[in-house]
Amino acid sequence: MTIADVRDFLEAEVISGEGHLDTEVHNACGSDMMSDVLAFVKDQSVLLTGLINPQVVRTADMMDMVCIVFVRGKKPGDEIIALANERGIVLMNTPYRMFTACGLLYEAGLRGGN
Amino acid sequence: MTMKFHFEVPGDDFTRAGEASGELKLKLKRLGFSADVVRRMTIAMYEGEINMAIHAGGGVADVEILPDRITAVLTDNGPGIPDIEQAMKEGWSTAPDNIRSLGFGAGMGLPNIKKYTDMLDIKSVVGKGTTLTMTVLAK
Ligand SMILES: Nc1ncnc2c1ncn2[C@@H]1O[C@H](COP(=O)(O)OP(=O)(O)OP(=O)(O)O)[C@@H](O)[C@H]1O
Ligand SMILES: [Mg+2]
Repeated sequence: MTIADVRDFLEAEVISGEGHLDTEVHNACGSDMMSDVLAFVKDQSVLLTGLINPQVVRTADMMDMVCIVFVRGKKPGDEIIALANERGIVLMNTPYRMFTACGLLYEAGLRGGN
Repeated sequence: MTMKFHFEVPGDDFTRAGEASGELKLKLKRLGFSADVVRRMTIAMYEGEINMAIHAGGGVADVEILPDRITAVLTDNGPGIPDIEQAMKEGWSTAPDNIRSLGFGAGMGLPNIKKYTDMLDIKSVVGKGTTLTMTVLAK
């Protein structure tokens, strides 16, 4: 699926990175611990998180992830948006909670990867 | 070709930790290193940077880029690590709760650096500071 599909399945609002919505994604990961993302994630392209700070974007960038979904409708500040734009990462927020958001994407065919 | 870069890692502004790794990532990509090499090097450096910001009140990073390897030396004047063997264990962390609420402090950073790099040397003196020297080989 594409990042645009992720947006549609999650009824999400795109906050930045409109230009990258046709990027293909196959794997996702949900976590509020960036330490764990850095330690265990491999080749995931979408990060779902309830955490809002610039290190979320930094972590996604280090892991070559292309899209961050903030759950429970959380909105990042300008600093976070600017950083995501600089690194070419799509930001969106979904009204769903973490468990539901992950479930919806799993049902739609995204996997946890290896 | 040898390229050298020097970065300052602030100790008073956690939001800025990772700037050096982010910049290094762009440089390494531009120089044509493979995605795997770029990723391993920058994750390791990022973990080191975060550690200096959280545990040591900031520090400096010196990176040397050669065609066949990248080495980063991270130096701080923080409290030092009393027991390096223990600090290297997965799950060992002295990070306070406010750091955990920022998404860090799982005790995964040093083991992660070990995992992603080809060479790692840690020198630490309690009360003086810590120096991490990490190398990723580019095949
Ligand atoms: N530069 C440093 N100066 C002083 N102590 C350090 C430094 N780096 C690491 N430590 C000590 O080693 C412990 C383990 O570090 P490690 O990076 O593995 O985990 P963490 O930073 O606590 O959590 P995480 O990396 O998962 O966010 C730290 O909790 C801290 O006590
Ligand atoms: Mg750490």
